[in-house]
Amino acid sequence: MQTEFSKEQDLLRDVVARALRDKSPATAVREQMATDRGYDPNVWQELCGDAGLAGVHVPEVCGGAGGGAVELGIVAEEMGRTLFCGPWFASAAMAGTALLEAANEPDRQALLPGIADGSTIATLVLDDLNGPAGVGGSIRAEDGKLSGTAAMAVDAHVADLLLVTASGAGGLGLHAVEGGAPGLTVESLQVVDPTRKLSRVVFTEVPARRVGDVTAGALDRIWDRICSALAHEMIGGAQHLFETTVNYTKERFQFGRPIGSFQALKHRCADLLLEIEIARALTHHSARCLDAGEGEPYAASMAKAAAADACMSAARAGIQLRGGIGFTWENDTHLWFKRAKGSEVLFGTPAIHRERMMTMLEGAA
Amino acid sequence: MTPDRIRSEVSAWLDANWRVDRPLIEWREILLDGGWAAPHWPEEWYGRGFTLDQTAVVAEVFREKDVVPAAQVGPRGLASETILACGSDDQKRRFLRPILTGEHTWCQLFSEPGSGSDLAGLSTRAEFKDGRWIVNGQKVWNTSAHHADFGLLVARTDWDVPKHQGISYFLLDMRQPGVEARPLRQMNGHQSFNEVFMTNAVVPPEDLIGGEGNGWHVAKTTLSFERRGFSRRVRGSSLDGPKQGPIYAEYEEELRIATEPYTWYPQREGRVDLVLPRARETGAINDPATRQEIAKLICLYTGAKLASDGAEARRKAGTTEIIPAGSIGKLAASVIARQASHVHTMISGAEAMLSGPDSAADGIVAEVLVSVPAISIAGGTDEIQRNIISERVLGMPKGFRADQGPFRDIKRNA
Ligand SMILES: Cc1cc2nc3c(=O)[nH]c(=O)nc-3n(C[C@H](O)[C@H](O)[C@H](O)COP(=O)(O)OP(=O)(O)OC[C@H]3O[C@@H](n4cnc5c(N)ncnc54)[C@H](O)[C@@H]3O)c2cc1C
Repeated sequence: MQTEFSKEQDLLRDVVARALRDKSPATAVREQMATDRGYDPNVWQELCGDAGLAGVHVPEVCGGAGGGAVELGIVAEEMGRTLFCGPWFASAAMAGTALLEAANEPDRQALLPGIADGSTIATLVLDDLNGPAGVGGSIRAEDGKLSGTAAMAVDAHVADLLLVTASGAGGLGLHAVEGGAPGLTVESLQVVDPTRKLSRVVFTEVPARRVGDVTAGALDRIWDRICSALAHEMIGGAQHLFETTVNYTKERFQFGRPIGSFQALKHRCADLLLEIEIARALTHHSARCLDAGEGEPYAASMAKAAAADACMSAARAGIQLRGGIGFTWENDTHLWFKRAKGSEVLFGTPAIHRERMMTMLEGAA
Repeated sequence: MTPDRIRSEVSAWLDANWRVDRPLIEWREILLDGGWAAPHWPEEWYGRGFTLDQTAVVAEVFREKDVVPAAQVGPRGLASETILACGSDDQKRRFLRPILTGEHTWCQLFSEPGSGSDLAGLSTRAEFKDGRWIVNGQKVWNTSAHHADFGLLVARTDWDVPKHQGISYFLLDMRQPGVEARPLRQMNGHQSFNEVFMTNAVVPPEDLIGGEGNGWHVAKTTLSFERRGFSRRVRGSSLDGPKQGPIYAEYEEELRIATEPYTWYPQREGRVDLVLPRARETGAINDPATRQEIAKLICLYTGAKLASDGAEARRKAGTTEIIPAGSIGKLAASVIARQASHVHTMISGAEAMLSGPDSAADGIVAEVLVSVPAISIAGGTDEIQRNIISERVLGMPKGFRADQGPFRDIKRNA
């Protein structure tokens, strides 16, 4: 199993980081988060259409670059660092992964190329965002039609293609629904983190095509890959919060000295460094395990739990160590704080992942 | 050299040289001359310049063949690494060999009653008189000093310069009338550390290491090795099970004496290995709150190991970033040990009141609970590691200092 990044992977990270620094500065984040759509189509075209960032993990036969969880993680980490606004996570990390793990070969080949080159914006609609065990209860598939409700779906408001898990005659299946299909209602929801849009999706006899079976094993693999990608995103966010906060403590003076010379703050930063280092190591490890099909079966849950806690620690410190300015709308820290909060609970809280880990290790309690 | 090449070379050499009826020291002499005693050392000093991974292959072959290795237990490693890094050729010639053969054991004479974290504030005095150094003062918390042949000693040789500049580093012969070590009893009942009194103790000029006034630099070298050691697993150097042959008897006796002060060391790291077996045995594995804490421990433990392997790999690849792997690893070891102790307490419940052979895991759990506090003190406290990390890695500004100017004028403990 890989233990370090290859030269090509380092290069990918450099390219993505440079593009995002340019295309997704905090001013752009603020601009996009205030819109209903939530992203800039020109930037989307450059990052996904031209640079292929939505297809890094997609096999070449399906129009992608042929990488895996490691490459997906690299892009996610850099996007988390800059708080990129756009449906990349929903389309590439969620819908792309669901197709890769659960769709039949012809459907993969039909649907993935559009996702990989950014011409299709897709999302994965699950009726439970806490854990795989809850998926499949609320949406039914009957005679090629879906009925039911998903309480929250990521970026469904802009999706051309919705991949929906629904139970029916053949068990839990993955279903393709076109955006704007008859009977489909997508209602935008008010959210804590405006950089990631959520909607309620109501299906009333919506025409759908079953593209594959979602076995329990496939659902776990989908969950693991999405959680690993989300952990990367959180590590990128944690790193940004941490670096800007440490820098702030060197510049801000109180009592005639930089606040970074106060030991209470120094020690908090040292502890934070350790927490982030450990979470980052678990996160990178989770992607390597997924690509190699080796390692702890619960590696992705370790990563999701540790990265969520580390990112929230960094977010709390980011506000606290800035004092009053940190609590203002004008200061950017709250943007990363809110993303951290959202990502902490999306696809399972840290406590849920720790229990999932223990169940894989020791069986259910 | 590839792992396979190493494996076949060392195997062939051992087949030709290893015999269980040789006296221990004689065997180690042969081992040294063969170049297999410390393969990660440079070629001109008994080694082969191997990487840690290559060295691990050699150690594996030794274990497979039940071969007695070079002596390695205890603070002798601090001595050999410090002498290798800072010593003169003459010092390397005189001291390295008996460390590897096991003839000499060492201790670290750094801490004093008046200065621990503030090591550079030490006030043991060394004066040059009639062609030799005369040492007076007291050291404390010195592990193994009661059976050591030599000590790594830092003492003040100049009181009129700032504190870091007036320190010199000596290799002190412990077997002399001016040196007395008295064992101290620890909170866990063991006696591994001592107080050491030096009254007109003598050091010949050739046993000053790194030059007069340069002791702080040499001491930092020792400390960085020490901290790195905390983040690594304690090396299992005992051979499994009784082996037939006179050399094994001698080796076991050496280990018994040398490791006696350290039998509790694995306990101060928290005994993570015992957590799941104990949780299953007691049924605590079914308690949701305990499961959460066990999972946190596994994440910390696995993540810290991955992070330290990653740092090691980047260091080998010649990174320019500052990785004080020692300080980060030592702080991680403390965090892990505390969480493990917390989990052991949850698992044991009321039984955690008991100790001794009738208590959990033959008394090991009780020993964990009262030994873990040591790991965040020994080798530099957690607070000191956080100072180092925040200042060296993160570049945060140093705080107000009250200890500048000539050492003579600095306020210190009576
Ligand atoms: C098991 C064990 C084995 C040991 N073995 C050896 C040995 O072999 N040789 C040897 O020389 N020493 C040894 N030591 C000593 C050890 O290195 C010292 O105890 C340690 O460095 C702390 O020094 P101190 O005890 O004087 O405490 P102090 O330095 O007085 O510290 C007291 C408290 O103040 C805090 N503090 C001090 N300075 C600062 C600061 N700048 N910022 C924030 N907080 C601060 C400390 O963190 C601690 O919490 C051993 C200790 C133990 C427990």
